[in-house]
Amino acid sequence: MQLISLSFFDLALAAGAVLALAGTTAAMKLGVTRTLVVAAVRTAAQLALVGLILEAVFAQERLLWVALMAFVMLLLAGREAATRQKRRFVGGYGFFAGTASMFLSSFVTAVATLVIVIRVEPWYTPQYAIPLLGMLLGNTMTGIALSMDRLTQEVWRGANVVETRLALGANGQQAIVDMRRDAMRAGLIPMLNAMAAAGIISLPGMMTGQILAGSPPWEAVKYQILIMFLIATGTGFGTLLAVELGSRRLFDDRHRLRLDRLRRI
Amino acid sequence: MTAARFQAIGLAAGTIGPIDIDVDAGHCLGLSAPSGAGKTRLLRAMADLDLHEGDCRLDGVSAANMPAPEWRRRVAFLAAESAWWADTPREHFDRGCEKLLDALDLTSALLDMPIELLSSGQRQRMALVRTLAHTPEVLLLDEPTANLDAVNIDRVERLIAAYLTTHRACCIWVSHDRAQLERVASSLLILDAHGQPCDAPCS
Repeated sequence: MQLISLSFFDLALAAGAVLALAGTTAAMKLGVTRTLVVAAVRTAAQLALVGLILEAVFAQERLLWVALMAFVMLLLAGREAATRQKRRFVGGYGFFAGTASMFLSSFVTAVATLVIVIRVEPWYTPQYAIPLLGMLLGNTMTGIALSMDRLTQEVWRGANVVETRLALGANGQQAIVDMRRDAMRAGLIPMLNAMAAAGIISLPGMMTGQILAGSPPWEAVKYQILIMFLIATGTGFGTLLAVELGSRRLFDDRHRLRLDRLRRI
Repeated sequence: MTAARFQAIGLAAGTIGPIDIDVDAGHCLGLSAPSGAGKTRLLRAMADLDLHEGDCRLDGVSAANMPAPEWRRRVAFLAAESAWWADTPREHFDRGCEKLLDALDLTSALLDMPIELLSSGQRQRMALVRTLAHTPEVLLLDEPTANLDAVNIDRVERLIAAYLTTHRACCIWVSHDRAQLERVASSLLILDAHGQPCDAPCS
């Protein structure tokens, strides 16, 4: 098997299909045309840029470049997770909590996998390190964004319940125990669904890509299973950490509910 | 058996205060002020639920020298509108409360009713039972009889009076109803519209 290279004309055909969709939504006045076109342009531009960068980083194979790229990816993911919140923590705490959680879970998982499981030499070989970290960050980001959003929304709406519990002698974390549980679940559901549906309802994107690129299906499947487990681990621990950091921030040292630390977007 | 003395020294929250309060065991202080003067905020500050200035003490021990959850278990704030999180009242109780229910004419069958089927008056009395079940030493009551008819107002007033005596507890009772405060309280604190104490009895 060998890779069939795509020409610009091939991509233009696919872009034409998206344009057809945009034309249809515009005719139906669905109000999503602009967003659709912008998103499509962003996809092409961002991926093209990343392609150029990856080509350069792959050619260099230097730890500094890989680390720099990983760091930029982390910051972008942290920003993305923070802007998805309807009620953000004031003073950039949401960005901090999300980014710190992502850093700890994704980076530890990625490095451990490179060193212990894949055992590639050197461990930061960009061909392995960057895609691995990218998949981890992307999924962890989703989990963290969903869970933080759920946490702050639930506590905001349930402030009355929280304060009644506090007044009855509960400490801060006891007072939001069910909200924390909901937030955790919200963050983990996409990952749980993806694991449950993998191979039956959906063919995972990475595996599909590998097969299209000419890998034997069995090899692609093994990598996909590895990735699924890593995503589960990274997302799980990242979400756990983010919910913990967010929950703590909602109370002060006197266990007062501090909704003034949230602001509505 | 504890004998609780509650003090607030220079207590201020938002625009209200600073005020000083000293309530002895077995006593009830009536607190009255025009709507919007910040009575609720004052009670919340006493329970340490809000940021505030000044200090509150229970038997001479400052709130700051006690873990906040312990402080609030002992200095219990009962909001005018209490929240319920489980489906039935029973799930909100971790200890027996039959005597308290009896005293407020609530049947134990109500404990297994869906909360939303209880009347607002039943919910208010149930919330009082929930607070008293924790045997706090200081009661901070915010309009505890607002949704009740005359018979039940009387029941609540008697229950609180009995509680203060048997538990040597004390109470700060917020109400719009001056006549009620004259009945239940041994002293009165009247605040003006700006949340400042009136020296002369202002009306």
